[in-house]
Amino acid sequence: MSNWKLICKLDDIPQLGSRVVRPSRGGDIAIFRNGDDEVFALHDKCPHKGGPLSQGMVHGKRVTCPLHGWNIGLDDGQAVAPDVGACGKFEVKVEGGEVFLSV
Amino acid sequence: MSKPRLVLIGNGMAGVRTVEELLKIKPDHYDITIFGAEPHPNYNRILLSPVLAGEMTIQEIVLNELDWYREKGIKLHTGKQVARIDRVNRKVIADDGTEESYDRLLIATGSNPFILPIPGNDLPGVIGYRDIKDTDEMIAAARLHRHAVVIGGGLLGLEAANGLKLRGMDVTVVHAAEWLLERQLDEVAGKMLQKSLEDRGLKFLMQKQTEALIQGESGRVAAIRFKDGMQIPADLVVMAVGIRPNYALAEASGIHCNRGIVVNDTMQTFDPKVYAVGECVSHRGIAYGLVAPLFEQAKVAANHLAGYGIGRYTGSVTSTKLKVTGIDLFSAGNFLGGKDTEEIVLNDPAGGVYKKLVIRDNKLVGGVMFGDTADGPWYFQLLKDGRDIHDIRDHLIFGQSLVGDVGHAGNSKAASMADSAEVCGCNGVSKGTIVRTIKEHGLFTLDEVKKHTKAASSCGSCAGLVEQILASTIGGAYTPAASDKKPVCGCTEHSHQTVREAIRDQHLISKEAVFKTLGWTTPNGCDKCRPAVNYYLISTWPHEAKDDPQSRFVNERTHANIQKDGTYSVVPRMWGGLTTPDELRAIADAAEKYKVPTVKVTGGQRIDLLGVKREDLPAMWADLNAAGLVSGHAYGKSIRTVKTCVGAEHCRFGTQLAMDMGVKLEKMLFDMYAPHKVKLAVSGCPRNCAEAGIKDVGIIGVESGYELYVAGNGGIKTEVAQFLCKVTSDEDVMEYSGAFLQLYREEGWYLERTCHYVERVGMDYVKGRIVEDEDRRKALYASLLAALKDARDPWATSREPQAIKQFIPITVDA
Repeated sequence: MSNWKLICKLDDIPQLGSRVVRPSRGGDIAIFRNGDDEVFALHDKCPHKGGPLSQGMVHGKRVTCPLHGWNIGLDDGQAVAPDVGACGKFEVKVEGGEVFLSV
Repeated sequence: MSKPRLVLIGNGMAGVRTVEELLKIKPDHYDITIFGAEPHPNYNRILLSPVLAGEMTIQEIVLNELDWYREKGIKLHTGKQVARIDRVNRKVIADDGTEESYDRLLIATGSNPFILPIPGNDLPGVIGYRDIKDTDEMIAAARLHRHAVVIGGGLLGLEAANGLKLRGMDVTVVHAAEWLLERQLDEVAGKMLQKSLEDRGLKFLMQKQTEALIQGESGRVAAIRFKDGMQIPADLVVMAVGIRPNYALAEASGIHCNRGIVVNDTMQTFDPKVYAVGECVSHRGIAYGLVAPLFEQAKVAANHLAGYGIGRYTGSVTSTKLKVTGIDLFSAGNFLGGKDTEEIVLNDPAGGVYKKLVIRDNKLVGGVMFGDTADGPWYFQLLKDGRDIHDIRDHLIFGQSLVGDVGHAGNSKAASMADSAEVCGCNGVSKGTIVRTIKEHGLFTLDEVKKHTKAASSCGSCAGLVEQILASTIGGAYTPAASDKKPVCGCTEHSHQTVREAIRDQHLISKEAVFKTLGWTTPNGCDKCRPAVNYYLISTWPHEAKDDPQSRFVNERTHANIQKDGTYSVVPRMWGGLTTPDELRAIADAAEKYKVPTVKVTGGQRIDLLGVKREDLPAMWADLNAAGLVSGHAYGKSIRTVKTCVGAEHCRFGTQLAMDMGVKLEKMLFDMYAPHKVKLAVSGCPRNCAEAGIKDVGIIGVESGYELYVAGNGGIKTEVAQFLCKVTSDEDVMEYSGAFLQLYREEGWYLERTCHYVERVGMDYVKGRIVEDEDRRKALYASLLAALKDARDPWATSREPQAIKQFIPITVDA
């Protein structure tokens, strides 16, 4: 059963940017907003060397890790070939201009 | 409505590449059918030599597996030779009767080996060297027979000879010309090559004309006889005397041919429904036999087949590498020279090194290298760019890597490196890994190699070496693009230069406008192009184009330098390297308050506070701001520091007030963004304690004024700054330095340091703008000051309500 938590307004996340969500338990979660106002959530930890994906550049449906430039798919958390790896993803939705995260 | 039908004749590298390019830009436009005469899917013909040499298998050189054709919905007829093209009814007919109709036809029938018209040329054991079948036959012959003769000492012939030798045969190369590879090498290099191949056990018969091939008792070829009467045994004869474009089919169907299928710059034949690419083509009277031009043709043909009508193929300059493991040679352009050319030659026969550069009107037009080809790609780039070399000709022959290259243990010769040798010191990638990856994945460009191996993808100092390994692995296949034509990234075909010009000429002031006007293929660019475009916008239209934080790399967005663990480093500015007890106290207090684990003095004369948490940054900056400290921009493609010595203020040798000059420059340049980082130094006398000789702008005080040096670099590749001019006043130092930096800001490509920028445009050009043209200098200086007016401390603006959000995590109870 999903447990939707109100996170912030959509406009609190810049387009092609992100915010960091810090749950009381577990690691940081990065919430991204892309150019089409789609919202995605991933563990804020690159599968390569743990870089904070929230600080990467968002383009299309990808984010580029700021540490070594791996590209991670926002919708599936998978590293873009030829790199191999994955990071955890979370359910997220936008309703009435507000962003909800399933935790 | 059914889709138009595209039929491709020729399942080889040029044809299939065209289809791949087409699928990339217009995936579902055509129903595609491919005819291939060979029973194989598309494979990498270039790598037949390593297969023959036993270094690779056929399976490894397949480029498109059968699954690929299936996935793309392509109907593939292998092992079917097309017999006829019926242009009236628009269909092709194969020798087994298979018929396919087309709306567009693409011919890529390649070439055939030229078989000498001599008696015995059709005997068993006499073959050309073109495809998998020939390769298999050679491998089989090597098992059963002893004497191999290769006719033709060109690239293909030598690779065949080398492979047969490695398979244990006794190999003689017969060559009609005076020296080997006479189309790629001059006499000296050709003879050096012959010597090193002889050392490996190959035999050579030079200036020999073959008269006949003689049949043995078994019916197979047994000997070869020359016009001078000499005869030697030959159980296998490989004819490698050249290729002939295979245009018989096209010609028979009435398509205009002239030693190749004649095409225009859009790769269209005289029948507008028929296109042709590859070795079968005659473009502006030239038939190309190397893969790089074919790939350029493929791109153009695909674009026109897709109906976009953009792009023309205007011919290629090619360079050559021989793919014989352990032998390094490189040639490009007009390497023989002529009446109107000059030559610079370095010849060290004992050391096995020979280099010749051919120059016309102060431009490099050709070159040959043997033994040390490290700088081949660099020379080739200079040649393609048509760069005026007059200011570097005194050290041109010694190459780009003459001084100060670090990160790969001083290695500059790819061929002589062991497979285990580390090429990329940043990512720990060995030569063997690079070679294997190139072969396994069928890579053709430096970018692909960077992506797959990570070599040369960090600091880039080994890029030349990686290019060289690529070139020697795939041979003449590899051709770098002219640097002003290299696309910014995969999102666009446009180069940095084109993007810069479009932004200026069409007054574009947002990234959206740039992407739309220039036809970006991605909705919002990528991590490569967005920072570049953002920089071009704000440097071309200051105060008008709006800086886009989401187009900035994390460091420039958070105004601190991200570290490996995701924490940040904070470096307050110390103007000219000067500080005060109060500032030091504030820094010490901040270090304690925010539990900074490491405090370090930087090379730029200031203090680095390492290990700060992102959410602590705004508060820490507020504390530092309160003590009058501002951002040191230690994180940006921007002005970093102005390093100074103590100068005449204290030093008994000082001639000028170096600290004062440094502070004035640093204040002038505060918050200046640039294509890359910018470092200055001011020394008060020629002892140069501030190390001004390796800075973007270095100023050295002398009794009578200041000497100005530009385009130095102390990083990956140590570059000594070049003398710009001498000035007498502090005001002039500001004006000349400012004007030079503004020129760089306006013309430099993103991530190009001043040393690379000046290398590209030439020091003469820079002097012409800055020293000789007073109006221009003053205008540049005025533009710089105008761009930097009202500069604010980013540490202060980052604490404003919208900007501060990025630092503050949202906490949830979960």
